[in-house]
Formats: sequence, structure tokens, C-alpha cells
Amino acid sequence: MRPLPAVRRERVTSMQQKSISIRIEGELVPTRENKTILEAARESGRSIPSLCHMDGLHDVGACRLCIVEVGGSGRLAPACTTPVQEGLTVVINSPRLASYRRMIIELLLSERNHVCSVCVSNGHCELQSLAASLGVTSVRFPYRYPRLGVDLSQERYVLDHNRCILCSRCVRVCAEVEGAHVWDIMGRGIHSRLISEMDQPWAEAASCTRCGKCVQACPTGAMAEKGRAVEEMVKLTEVVAQAAGRKGARI
Amino acid sequence: MSKVKLATVWLDGCAGCHMSLLDLDEGLLTVAQQADLVYSPLVDATEFPEGVDVTLVEGAVSSQEDVARLREIRARTRVLVSLGDCATTGNVPAMRNSVPLQSILQRVYVEGADVGAAVPSAGVPPLLPQARPLHEFVKVDLHLPGCPPNPQAILGVVGELLQGRLPKLVGVKFG
Repeated sequence: MRPLPAVRRERVTSMQQKSISIRIEGELVPTRENKTILEAARESGRSIPSLCHMDGLHDVGACRLCIVEVGGSGRLAPACTTPVQEGLTVVINSPRLASYRRMIIELLLSERNHVCSVCVSNGHCELQSLAASLGVTSVRFPYRYPRLGVDLSQERYVLDHNRCILCSRCVRVCAEVEGAHVWDIMGRGIHSRLISEMDQPWAEAASCTRCGKCVQACPTGAMAEKGRAVEEMVKLTEVVAQAAGRKGARI
Repeated sequence: MSKVKLATVWLDGCAGCHMSLLDLDEGLLTVAQQADLVYSPLVDATEFPEGVDVTLVEGAVSSQEDVARLREIRARTRVLVSLGDCATTGNVPAMRNSVPLQSILQRVYVEGADVGAAVPSAGVPPLLPQARPLHEFVKVDLHLPGCPPNPQAILGVVGELLQGRLPKLVGVKFG
């Protein structure tokens, strides 16, 4: 196996990263090179809503909820995948951002069948609580009500495509932390769908170790432990994120 | 000051939102001091009256009758509120939406019947192909989600509406 290129290895130690500062809502925020806007903002105690970000995993900018206004022109960029630069100015809360974030939540809700009242994750769902905190009380887009399957083949876990928001946290935690890479996203646009291995039933995925990290990383009720009734599925997202941090998956 | 005319309507829902309304407990007395309940499953009026100030509608729109009633209610109401998840999102009644209507009726009333297997047609309104939320048919002034909405949230919203204010809701959950 080839050794890691020197440039990448240098990034490992945060001591070597140069201290810089950026401006968030006009205030100077100290941070370091190679951080993302999301990391810099959260480490300074500010909150930016997100769904596809999970501490310890690579960011992919899938959900777009963390969009912020960057630079003087207010260009929109996802905070989770945009690196900080010396002197960068960022707006993380504005009426414009709030309206886009609400729109994103509404699009997610209209895309599949998120019936909160009969969901295992009701009351413990990141999508549900973000909708509430962003003031989403209805969806302006026509609901699609697609006909989607539920994979019950696995002995301990359930995959319900009706509640999947394609954040890919399961894909990344499986590939980057467990090292199994059972999951992937198949198809494009509205036809995108989570698949195990080569689109087989979950139980037939030979690489699956049944560790359940995907289930615990899932922000909604799309993945759950079998036998959980409505409101009973509380995810151990923090535990998985800590495990991911120990693995050094961010390197 | 004359009392506010309040109405509540039950479309395709389980009556849980109305149960939650009754769960206002002594809050009902406060509401009763400020409003007359002019139409509701809880009172005797058979026809939806003209000139209603505030109407709370529970349930999704699932049949042709629901559509006709909702349009009449909208025309006779100043402030229309979607009460609960069925009215706001379709919720449980809309779980049939990804299956063709005829195959559901066939499965339930023909294949599932021990006696008198036939899809009922007399005395029941024809179902729409899908159960949909209210705001896809008429203008809705306020959405109060929840399954059911919390009684305190209902009291808060109704209290504001009775004072002639339209509250902005943040932190109210679906489900």
C-alpha cells in the first residue's frame, strides 16, 4: 500500500494549521485553516441547522440546510463543505436564508411519505424537530405520495424508504467508520434511492456486519431497530459520532 | 361587544383533534365567554351558517362531499384554520394515496368480506382518488399541525384568533 502523500499527512495535526479569523454576522471569530464554515460557527457557539452533517464523517453537502451567505455579494454556499479563509465574511441567519431553509424542509416533506404520527422516530426525529424550529407548519408543494418499499429482510433492522431523505449518513458511517461500505445511493434526482450492495435485500448483503451504525446515524425513521413501536426509536447518534471521531475519519 | 362566531368541522380524521379541543378543560370556559360555537360535531346545527369568524377544520379531504363542504365553509368563514396533521399534511388518511383507489376498495369490501361482498355506493359519498390536505383545495389562513395538536397550542391559537390576531407559529411539531 502506498504511503499517504505528505500534504495530506500534514493536515492530521491541528497544531500545524494556521490560526485565522473570519467574520460571522459582523463579529470576528477565531478559527484555523482547513476548517469548514460550519465547524468554525459551531465551535464558536453559533448554530446552523443541518441534516446530512454528522461529526466525524466527511461532509457532502447533500441536504443544503446549512446554506449561508458568503462574501460581500451574499453568494449562497453550504457551510459544511465551504472552507474558511482569512477575512471571509459570513451571514448565517437572515430572512432570505430562513425562507430557503423552510423551502428545503418542505421539499423534503413533500418528496416521500413522512407520516410523523405513525413513525418509530416520532418525537426523536431531526427532520421533524427542524421543521418545527424553522416554523414549517405546512407544505406549499403538492405531496408526491410515492409508492416506496420497506426492506424487512434483515433480522434486527428495518429500512423504510418512505422516510429516507437521502442524507447519506448511513452510507458514510458504514464506509468510513465500520469500513464495510454496504450502502450507496442509486439513480438520479427524484429517482435516487438507498441501496445495499448491488441493490439486493439488506439480509443478502454479505459485507454487512450487522453493527447497526447506519441505524443510529439515520436522522429520521428511515432506519430503525425491529420491534420498535411509534415514538420508541431513540437514536444513539452522539455515540456513533464519537466512535467516528476516534477513528479519525475526518483526516 | 358581540361574541365571535366559532365553528369546528370534522372531515376525514379520527376525531382526535376534537378530543384534544375538549382537553382544553377549564380553558373551554374562557373560550365560551368569548365565542359562540355556531357549528360543530359537538352542537346540533345541521347547516354551516353564514358569516362565521373562525373555523377549525379537522381531517383530510377524501371525498367529493368533503370538497363541497370545504368550499362552502371557506366561502362562509373569515379565518380558516387547518387543525391537526390530517388537515395540514393528509397524514394517516393519505397513506392510501400511493395505491389505486379501486384496488383498495376491492381488497377491503370484496376480498376482505365474509358476507355481502360489494363496494358500497348508496348513501356514502364517492371517494377521491387521493386524500389531500385542505390547502390544496381552498385558501387556509393558519396551519396548526400535530397528531393531535397539543391542547395548550389549540388554546393559544384560538385565544389569539378570538382577539382578532393571526399568530405566527414556530416550534409546533408535525406528529
